[in-house]
Amino acid sequence: MTRRPTAPPGEELVLDPIACTGHGLCAELLPERIVLDDWGYPMIDPQVPASLREHALRAVKACPALALALRQARAG
Amino acid sequence: MSDRLLAGLAGRNPVGLGRHLAVHGPMPDVTSELVREVTRAGLRGRGGAGFPAGIKLAAVAEGRRPVVIVNGTEGEPMSAKDRSLLRRTPHLVLDGALAAARAVGAHEVLFCASPQANAVVAAALAERAAGSRREPRVTVLESAPGYVAGEETAVIAHLEGRAPRPRVTPPRPAQQGYRKRPTLVQNVETLAHIGLIARHGAEWFRERGTSDRPGTTLVTISGAVQAPGVYEVASGMPLADLSRLAGGLTEPARALLVGGYFGAWVDEDGAGMTLDDADLRRHGAAVGAGVIVVLGASACPVAETARLAGYMAGESAGQCGPCVHGLGSLAGVLDRFATARTVPGDGERLVRWTEMVSGRGACAHPDGVARMLASATRLFRTELEEHAHHGACSGCAAPATLVLPGPSRARAAA
Amino acid sequence: MALWYLTRGTGAAALVLLTLSLTLGVVNVQRYASRLVPRFAVDGWHRTTSLLVCVLLAVHVGTTVLDGYAPIRLVDAFVPFGGTYRPVWLGLGALALDLLIALIVTSLLRARLGLRAWRAVHWLAYACWPVALVHGLGTGSDVRPGWLTWLSLGCTAVVIVAVGVRLADRGTAIRVRAGAAATVAAGVIALAIWLPSGPLAGGWAAKAGTPPSILGAKAATTARSHR
Repeated sequence: MTRRPTAPPGEELVLDPIACTGHGLCAELLPERIVLDDWGYPMIDPQVPASLREHALRAVKACPALALALRQARAG
Repeated sequence: MSDRLLAGLAGRNPVGLGRHLAVHGPMPDVTSELVREVTRAGLRGRGGAGFPAGIKLAAVAEGRRPVVIVNGTEGEPMSAKDRSLLRRTPHLVLDGALAAARAVGAHEVLFCASPQANAVVAAALAERAAGSRREPRVTVLESAPGYVAGEETAVIAHLEGRAPRPRVTPPRPAQQGYRKRPTLVQNVETLAHIGLIARHGAEWFRERGTSDRPGTTLVTISGAVQAPGVYEVASGMPLADLSRLAGGLTEPARALLVGGYFGAWVDEDGAGMTLDDADLRRHGAAVGAGVIVVLGASACPVAETARLAGYMAGESAGQCGPCVHGLGSLAGVLDRFATARTVPGDGERLVRWTEMVSGRGACAHPDGVARMLASATRLFRTELEEHAHHGACSGCAAPATLVLPGPSRARAAA
Repeated sequence: MALWYLTRGTGAAALVLLTLSLTLGVVNVQRYASRLVPRFAVDGWHRTTSLLVCVLLAVHVGTTVLDGYAPIRLVDAFVPFGGTYRPVWLGLGALALDLLIALIVTSLLRARLGLRAWRAVHWLAYACWPVALVHGLGTGSDVRPGWLTWLSLGCTAVVIVAVGVRLADRGTAIRVRAGAAATVAAGVIALAIWLPSGPLAGGWAAKAGTPPSILGAKAATTARSHR
């Protein structure tokens, strides 16, 4: 797997709240940015610095509902 | 001060085309220039979110084969302004809808409102059918029941034949809406204003109202007032003056619900606020769809809020976990307060969950309920504590001020 | 010789891992989690065991074809019911393999396919397992009364428990659950009738469709059939 020398800056997590069914794997894999609410649904701090990128990607891939995505943050 | 939208209206019957043109003057030819004129006018959407109408028009005008949807769903139970406009001055709404369609280059207008309103609109269309082949094609369709059915993506879903539920945005309807086409979903009142801006221009529009929210606004005033109904006021009017407009109070007031069921409870005297978002926002409120409910002193704010929370929880489209579970949990806590069955920690739960559900849905439903409950927690703190400790008060048994229709999902399924 | 052992060994191991994968899949969908076994671990094991099954089956197929003792072509491993060696029972193996490939490929492409299409295909996992089981019992040349029988029965018990747990989930429509329960019961009854009268009875090799040439060779060197 080729990796860029520096991860692209300014990526953010995007949750599809309709698709999310509260499996909670994302919070296990990325506790730095995701905690579960009292009903088991993720509350997300979307900013993903380069240091967390790989963990964030893992959380995205693990989501059983495909409800989580990592996107380039919009300018501004 | 003179009415604009409601000018020339007498009684509840629709104004015919002849009288309509006599009151408002002839409709000028509309070009894409109207988009800039509406932008200059600073018109904000009157469906609740207050989004600048000019930005929406411009975005839709950029796309190919756009559609215009006239949103007369009015899912807010305490709001009557849109149906009032449609049933009394259908030609003004049609002027605005057709002008907006021409301005963005749409050949198709979908009218979405109640059967009664649609009948009036259909009659108005028949009245102007002669000699107007250039007009965009107008289709009249029945709106869906339910509180969230008026949300613009829910309206689109309904018109596409699906359940009237909001979807995740982006893409916004302006980019990808009805059948994937760029879609202008505009509230009935907003379009009526556009019908007047097309005639009189942006400068005229801005002569009334505030700089943040220019123009006049329709408000639906209900509750403990002598003459509940739909009134036209200039934005920026002191809240305290609104009950006077509706014939004065029937009893001392305890609080005002400003902005409808998505709105906020404020002090009975309006806390010195005016009908302007910039002003209301500082108190956690918003003009919304212009709903003002005066809660009388004989009513119980805790019982009213608990019933409202239960209704709003039931009106969740049922798609997003935090909304389904969060609003349900909150309604449960409020109900325990209202019935003196609180368990230790309920006060903290109320505050914690109100914060927790905000911003967690695909649409603004949980946010709106959170706003309403946050204001209730602030304003009715004493009453909440009294109910928790001493049980029902004398006002609990009073007739409900807030109108709560039956659960719409059950109605839709029936 | 060694290849023949590898074929049987990988086949048996694949059945065990397939059983484990199915069970983990059920545990996963039931959202079991504890402090020692977090959700992502169950999910990861489910994915890993499924991929391991694929690796084992690659060896299983490769050694079968290369062994040359039985007339099995590579194409018979993928196209069911076309071969000359125990066509039905080997064909079930090919069918199970095809189903598994469909499951793996759709899972790898899940993000592109979308959840609905992926899930529709993934229900096939419950069909893949019994087909693989019957393939093992039907082609395993020393089913009677050896360890492979007990291994198969053990795996069957595990799967029945796992499917039972899945069916107890109230999230699924009652009709679907009742239908699935009836199917499982019918399958168990069919197995209970077929096993003693088929693979466990005498002369199964001939009945199963082993070519006479091999049967003859087998009679000549009995040692070979008892490996």
